[in-house]
Amino acid sequence: MPAKVVTITSGKGGVGKTTATANIGAALAQNDLKVVCLDADIGLRNLDVVLGLENRIVYDLVDVVEGRCRLKQALIRDKRLPELFLIPAAQKRDKSAVSPSDMVRLCNELREEFDWIIIDSPAGIERGFRNAIAPTDIVVVITNPEVSAVRDADRIIGLVESEEKGPARLIINRIKPSMVRKGDMLSPEDVLELLAVELIGLVPEDEGVVTSTNRGMPVVMDGRSRAGQAFRNIAQRLMGAEVPFLDLEEGGGLLGRLARRIRQGGD
Amino acid sequence: MHPAPELPLPDSSLQPSKIQIKGIKEGLLVLLGEGEWSEIRQALLEQLDRQGEFLRGARLALDVGDAILKAVDLGSLRDGLSERGLYLWAVLSNSPTTEQTAQMLGLETRLTKPRYASMDEYAHGGLHGVEEAVMVARTLRSGASVQYPGHVVVIGDVNPGAEIIAGGNVVVWGRLRGLVHAGANGDEGAVVCALDLRPTQLRISDQIALSPKRKGKPQPEIASLRNGAVVAEPWKP
Repeated sequence: MPAKVVTITSGKGGVGKTTATANIGAALAQNDLKVVCLDADIGLRNLDVVLGLENRIVYDLVDVVEGRCRLKQALIRDKRLPELFLIPAAQKRDKSAVSPSDMVRLCNELREEFDWIIIDSPAGIERGFRNAIAPTDIVVVITNPEVSAVRDADRIIGLVESEEKGPARLIINRIKPSMVRKGDMLSPEDVLELLAVELIGLVPEDEGVVTSTNRGMPVVMDGRSRAGQAFRNIAQRLMGAEVPFLDLEEGGGLLGRLARRIRQGGD
Repeated sequence: MHPAPELPLPDSSLQPSKIQIKGIKEGLLVLLGEGEWSEIRQALLEQLDRQGEFLRGARLALDVGDAILKAVDLGSLRDGLSERGLYLWAVLSNSPTTEQTAQMLGLETRLTKPRYASMDEYAHGGLHGVEEAVMVARTLRSGASVQYPGHVVVIGDVNPGAEIIAGGNVVVWGRLRGLVHAGANGDEGAVVCALDLRPTQLRISDQIALSPKRKGKPQPEIASLRNGAVVAEPWKP
């Protein structure tokens, strides 16, 4: 089956594009689907670090595009998840090293070999973003519950629509239910009211993400992480399953919190 | 003013004298490479000749990059194009000199949307009493801009970061959160109404108002000028 191409993008930097790419890719691979994650952030590559594959890079995306190696040579297989592959970005070049049509050609070649192609878009709305969405079938916009990130997401959704790659789908990342409850953070409802697109994921703030990023181990590999669960659910929804959204409220009152503390403490 | 979302980005990696022709909403956009103007001009006309009848009648916008062009350059190119049945309506340039030249020749220097306004209407300025309106049946997201000399009606939301500039009234059947300017040509009788009126900034004629902080259920409101100040009132059916 030819692959579906998903591009993860946001406009604003630092909202979790790379984390989402790594985790959705890993979660799909956990379901025995053959997945390649493609880092389109040329010049500022990160995805290899988050996936813990940095030390295995020999060739990169630009090498493939410029014909210095065959596509297969640039594919890095994740040993923990044998169905997960990475094509890293080049670090010494910039966005102009690749054109949108290069990306389309590359993905057409990959489509035959894989079930899913997940593209990590750079921040911004310039060349790198155009490269990232050129070959895509599904655009996933990720945002944080804060006004500036939502504003940029809105702009990106508009651009995606005008490129006829829409409708975009939405992930809201780093939600802190306690702050939402106090009215100090935008609620998922506030964000959806403005953006008016299909929601495919609510990811709670989770310190485990920082740890997992530093260790190069996607958080979906941690069965107890709530963010990991949220990303696994997103993968299920991309696969077409109906999965209810996580209850972000942290457990049923005092007893629930205590129980969780004990569970976490026991690790 | 925000650029229109479909504005193509200038492509810095163009090969010398490489010419790209793209289809855009407003017709064709021709991107010219860098090099000697006479050569580029020649290459463009040859390429158009090869396309033959296929392009005849097309509206053409030209992105000339950094080239500095005089009236005679642009004028003769326009003649060459019109001989081939092509209508040159806009020249995009990074050079202010070239932009001025283009404006002198009555050419546009940005890709506005003829869908919303014909160039003639813009040229004639003040449109008092004109009853024409444009209907925008979609949500305007951040970065989108609608400019029209008559009235503007939006069915959908106007999100923060989007703007509407109208010669006449603005009606939004949805939430108005962006920037809105009614009576932009000086019409003090223009009004703005929305189901939920909370614009980032609201202008009528030359008066500017900010939305007050408001809690509670949104209700339809109409804003107008009263004694020179913007006043918003709930709309009672």
